[in-house]
Amino acid sequence: MFPALALSMQQLQPAASLPLLSCLRRAYSTSGAAAATNWFSHVEMAPRDPILGVTEKFLADKNPDKINLGVGAYRDDNGQPVVLESVREAERRVAGSHFMEYLPIGGLRDFVSESVKLAYGDDSPVVAAGQVAAVQSLSGTGSCRLFAEFQRRFMPHSSVYIPVPTWSNHHNIWRDAGVAQNGYRYYKPETRGLDFEGLMEDIKNAPNGSVFLLHACAHNPTGVDPTPEQWQAMSKLMLDKSHFAFFDMAYQGFATGDCTRDAAAIRIFIDDGHRVGLSQSYAKNMGLYGQRVGCFSLVCDSAAEAAKVESQMKLIARPMYSNPPLHGALLVSKILHDADLKQQWYQEVGVMAARIKDMRGLLRHNLQQLGSPHNWQHITDQIGMFCYTGMSGEMVDTLAAAHSIYMTRNGRISMAGVNTKNVARLAEAMHAVTKEAKM
Amino acid sequence: MNQDAVASNRLAILSRHLCAEQQGSVWAGVPQAPPDGILGITEAFKADGDSRKLNLGVGAYRTEEGQPLVLSAVRQAEQRLVADGSRNKEYQPMGGDATFCQLSRRLAFGAECPASAAGRIATVQTLSGTGALRVGAEFLKKHYAVKVVYLPDPTWANHGNIFGNAAGLELRKYRYFDSQTRGLDYQGLLSDLGAAPEGAVVVLHACAHNPTGVDPTPEQWQGILRVVQQRRLLPFFDSAYQGFASGDLDKDAAALRMFTSAGLELLLAQSYAKNMGLYGERVGAISVVSHCADAAKRVHSQLCAVVRPMYSSPPIHGAAIVVKVLSDPQLFGLWRQELAGMSRRIQAMRTALKQALIEVRCPGNWDHITAQIGMFSYTGLTKAQCQNMTNKWHVYMTMDGRISMAGLSGARARYMAEAIKDSVLSC
Repeated sequence: MFPALALSMQQLQPAASLPLLSCLRRAYSTSGAAAATNWFSHVEMAPRDPILGVTEKFLADKNPDKINLGVGAYRDDNGQPVVLESVREAERRVAGSHFMEYLPIGGLRDFVSESVKLAYGDDSPVVAAGQVAAVQSLSGTGSCRLFAEFQRRFMPHSSVYIPVPTWSNHHNIWRDAGVAQNGYRYYKPETRGLDFEGLMEDIKNAPNGSVFLLHACAHNPTGVDPTPEQWQAMSKLMLDKSHFAFFDMAYQGFATGDCTRDAAAIRIFIDDGHRVGLSQSYAKNMGLYGQRVGCFSLVCDSAAEAAKVESQMKLIARPMYSNPPLHGALLVSKILHDADLKQQWYQEVGVMAARIKDMRGLLRHNLQQLGSPHNWQHITDQIGMFCYTGMSGEMVDTLAAAHSIYMTRNGRISMAGVNTKNVARLAEAMHAVTKEAKM
Repeated sequence: MNQDAVASNRLAILSRHLCAEQQGSVWAGVPQAPPDGILGITEAFKADGDSRKLNLGVGAYRTEEGQPLVLSAVRQAEQRLVADGSRNKEYQPMGGDATFCQLSRRLAFGAECPASAAGRIATVQTLSGTGALRVGAEFLKKHYAVKVVYLPDPTWANHGNIFGNAAGLELRKYRYFDSQTRGLDYQGLLSDLGAAPEGAVVVLHACAHNPTGVDPTPEQWQGILRVVQQRRLLPFFDSAYQGFASGDLDKDAAALRMFTSAGLELLLAQSYAKNMGLYGERVGAISVVSHCADAAKRVHSQLCAVVRPMYSSPPIHGAAIVVKVLSDPQLFGLWRQELAGMSRRIQAMRTALKQALIEVRCPGNWDHITAQIGMFSYTGLTKAQCQNMTNKWHVYMTMDGRISMAGLSGARARYMAEAIKDSVLSC
């Protein structure tokens, strides 16, 4: 049976059959018995994730001065990962004090109610009226996935409008949930800012009742956010069109350093009467990346409706992971509940946001000092963890190959990876690859 | 803002709200979902004010005093982690911590597993057993030609949700529980699997079958292996109780290792919820044993591709605890002892309940209580009898007659026996 299989493989793909033949031999000799099936031989290598794949390449580079500007995880001025002091203290208090019982499907109730207040505001009428259906989720990815699955079930035949560009994983999430995607104009390469006219036109042209994915603040990957006035206009137009607004908020506190200000867009929409959906993540603003803590919420018409919606959210979660992980939620809950810890956390978020802002200024300054012919104003205009430099894929490749500087191929750099020790070298390298080019 | 501005602002907000009310939320048609068949039981139990109440619903271990238990090995591991200032909270790779995956493979497949040594096993950290099953199911849906999954009848209720509703595969049953003998319907099983289409996926409980507690004997496992080989079926082992069933980690992995030694390709969902008591931390792993190492690498990448749009990467805390316990000889030894202790207590509860049933002269044959193994017992009580157990006696259990032995204590065995007797006689 196997020789025949190998022969036909050879006819189709001569190169591919050779590893198959050798692994057949190995399988016979090492398993002690014939492996009678070969069900996964056709499985292809998955393409490298465009973001996580960057870190893999970085790790493989032997250059001691290499710089990782790939994934959006905060680094201090020494390029080291940071665990916030407020988090360490919360962990000291939490560890050892709890059983490890299953959480309810919807997660830690305390955590959920504090998260909802953080996002919508302590005084939000929709929160007070119990209109917000919410469950603990697996960080931002998990929240978006729960929503995408919810959308497929309860808004069947709807598609999602996603900004161009967006976080690459958004495409994977809605695809795997089985929801069709459209793009709406967002980033304008000519200005390296918002294509507001294009955006409003696309909102207007979308059929009434369309679902729009909006980045609440610190747009990823561009760092380009609408102004409050632009948010107001978007909200009004979307209301006229009866569009559904789903906010992805992964950087509350990180954009301006102020949690309230960073949630302004959501509150504008709520005030205007929108019933929004929201994905919240604590990965960046509390540095809880690997704990996978987030919250998925939907604003409903009434508490009764919210109860039904929440019950359906749980139906989606149960066959995915049964109930969410405990530890991270305990940490967040501890911090948000304790006035001192919360205050300390606010300060620490402010420090992170400030350092990033400083690095933006330094990078731009250095490029100007080097005599770059290009306008780098967007570096300081853009906000949040990322900067859309405007560099091409080829420039990015050269930066990796010749300078050991790693970023995603769309020219996005994580400002968190920039520090006072490497900013000069980064500016020099960027200058070297861009000075001759049109940008 | 001055008073007038505040007032007109309020008016503007109110009028917008009113307009929005007329617009209506898009979720108006969303129906109430039924409470979860298993997890909903605990909610009902918590709401019950009666002091005699007993929670024999969800399979979470309880001490003789009815308390949850965090194993000492786990507590110590956690303390060391938290005290270690050099640790951070960075993202794991999509597939989770590599050491965790390697140790999990070793625990399940054994230290001397040729398939593992040959690099034929792709392992990815998951959100406990549920997560492992779901990632495996999604992987099969995308990359496996045969979209049919056989589940034992009965099986854990969430299996149907995971494979059926969520992954969208076609579900079929194979006979498993014999309600006459309250044991294995071995001939029925062989017959049903013998008629399965080539390549069909077969979910097998590695040990301590949930909900029945009925496991095949080693000889019966041989027979199951033969029919799986003959029909070229793809086994998908669900191992949620390794170490819990017999108290011995290796013994409880015997069936899985038998199949792997025979050279089969197979999948394994592993959970640390029960055997390490890490329930809420959601720690598990999915392993896929492939024909060769090259296929295993590609399979690994595709498992990660399933994970990325689901939750990006798995949670760190529970996995770090597992790594500490499995890699530290002192903690590992302590864990094995505690595991054996939990298993012994459950076996003692089986004995105590059967004894009590005999003492109260409950009608019927209750041998199955001690013949069955693991956390659960399929009592054989009907739905009406189960409802009586809950409504009259405040004993919380699932309506299929399943009780979690872990929730019973020696002191309550008599009460439980009385409740069963009353239910059997009156319903």
